[in-house]
Amino acid sequence: MPEQFYFALEVALNGLLTGVMYSLVALGFVLIYKSSEIFNYAQGVMALFAALTLVGLQTGQVPFAELINAIFGTHLSHFGWQLPPLVAIVLTAAVMVLFAFLVERLILRHLVGQEPIILFMATIGLAYFLEGFGDLMWGSEIKKLDIGLPQGISETVESLTGKWFGYGLFIDKLDIAAAVVAGILVTVLTLFSQYTKQGRALRAVADDHQAALSVGISLRFIWVLVWSIAGFIALVAGVMWGAKSGVQFSLSLIALKALPVLMLGGFTSIPGAIVGGLIIGVGEKLFEFWVGPLIGGATENWFAYVLALIFLVFRPQGLFGEKIIERV
Amino acid sequence: MTSEAITHGGAMNPEGDGWVTPDGRHIGPVVLEVKNITLRFGGVTAIKDISFDIREGEIRAIIGPNGAGKSSMLNVISGFYHPQEGEIWFRGQKRPPMKPFQVARQGIARTFQNIALFKGMSVLDNIMTGRITLMRSNMVDEAIWWGRAEREELAHREAVEKIIDFLEIQHIRRTPVSRLPYGLQKRVELARALAAEPKLLLLDEPMAGMNVEEKEDMSRFILDVNDEFGTTIVLIEHDMGVVMDLSDRVVVMDYGKKIGDGPPDEVRNDPQVIAAYLGVSHE
Repeated sequence: MPEQFYFALEVALNGLLTGVMYSLVALGFVLIYKSSEIFNYAQGVMALFAALTLVGLQTGQVPFAELINAIFGTHLSHFGWQLPPLVAIVLTAAVMVLFAFLVERLILRHLVGQEPIILFMATIGLAYFLEGFGDLMWGSEIKKLDIGLPQGISETVESLTGKWFGYGLFIDKLDIAAAVVAGILVTVLTLFSQYTKQGRALRAVADDHQAALSVGISLRFIWVLVWSIAGFIALVAGVMWGAKSGVQFSLSLIALKALPVLMLGGFTSIPGAIVGGLIIGVGEKLFEFWVGPLIGGATENWFAYVLALIFLVFRPQGLFGEKIIERV
Repeated sequence: MTSEAITHGGAMNPEGDGWVTPDGRHIGPVVLEVKNITLRFGGVTAIKDISFDIREGEIRAIIGPNGAGKSSMLNVISGFYHPQEGEIWFRGQKRPPMKPFQVARQGIARTFQNIALFKGMSVLDNIMTGRITLMRSNMVDEAIWWGRAEREELAHREAVEKIIDFLEIQHIRRTPVSRLPYGLQKRVELARALAAEPKLLLLDEPMAGMNVEEKEDMSRFILDVNDEFGTTIVLIEHDMGVVMDLSDRVVVMDYGKKIGDGPPDEVRNDPQVIAAYLGVSHE
């Protein structure tokens, strides 16, 4: 029995750490949705693009190498340098800011005041464009992302828990690192939005566009800011997932994991995204562990959605979402 | 100017441009002037060739029946609407077409007819957000936080507390505004606009939907703001009675046109104004 219990605990802990990653992706959605009521379909692809760019910059890949080779008959592939991880991260962050600026300049600015569905469509277009653009720029082969994050099973946790409970828990170091980074990111974001001028402006825009304009806040600037932050979050999510499973197309599908998190946590709530991610992470792992064997496994693909659907029926606004008040 | 001073029943201002009101307030030179403004929405003309000026330190009312174009006029001044024709002169300079946030940064604050507060924020946060144009620290300062950013935040908090005291909303300081009754929400909106220390304050029907007691409170606050801070106020109202006691000069609008402009007493007795209000046939 205790053996079983510890095993379940291990599964739950792993679920919790995976959940942190879900939360991260969901957070990107929430930020953009809150400030501009755009459901950014491209958030997952942004994570992929950020990870591709990071690897590309770090390993000194020549951007658009294939295109250049095809046109000029050259054989470029690498510049032949290797950037330190930190420099590569900073440069990638700069690329994401540039991306945010271009999104505002080329898309959002022209769609001000349009129906949300139009904006949603625009982000679908953006997602597929960015996917193709990422391929074109950095190539479509699977890449290894190595910025020196710890990998493998944490022996410290295993030996410590072994000493305490007589059962060594298997926890991946990378998962712990991801949780720590996500924790720091959320703390910084919270402090930023609560205590700084731009953070306050961001909340103001999220709350009421007209009122925000009337106190002197530029919507355009805030949109660039929000998409930049969403870009940073995508970068962090892309790095973590990429380090885990390699940088490849499937990385963009993590967005699909964020959807049930949003349904659960509400589209407008930052705590909702975090708690929702954790619930789904733990829920799907435990469900797979207990119920999976009875019904043939592979429950992780759908469990989150079923859970979210059940939740929707009872709390359509999500866990912490703003209450929907119908005025007659 | 002399003739104007006489119509206003007061003495000339010592500076020569403007006058002193019977209750001793100084009305200064022109702060904002709209010249021949015409605003159309498709085929509908909301404002037809309207001109008037707003002088420093005065309470200037724009009145008129529903649909007269008063709110449109305010939206033109605050940059939410852009007129097809006409000019706006602010502090002696012709204003290029501006976005609302740029107008706000020039020192023109406003409130809305249908209250536009940040509903998710507390009263304090709402008013703090009103000071955003006055906040100087940049992102680097804020990342470091200690030092400049912190000092600045404290100074702004102090200023906000003064406004809170002034408008007597200390007891609801921490309350999310969505929980407040209508009348108090209007007052918080006024507080937020004041927090920007505006050179010109635009109030869109500040007393609409209020009961008598709330209206009296609001009138008192508007007078106090003008008196205490010397804030120039433009005020829209469709209820003529309220405006007459409050304002120094009144613009009367009807069907998008200006049909009267002058001190309350003069406007009140204007046959055209009476006709607009009592619904006498226009022909």
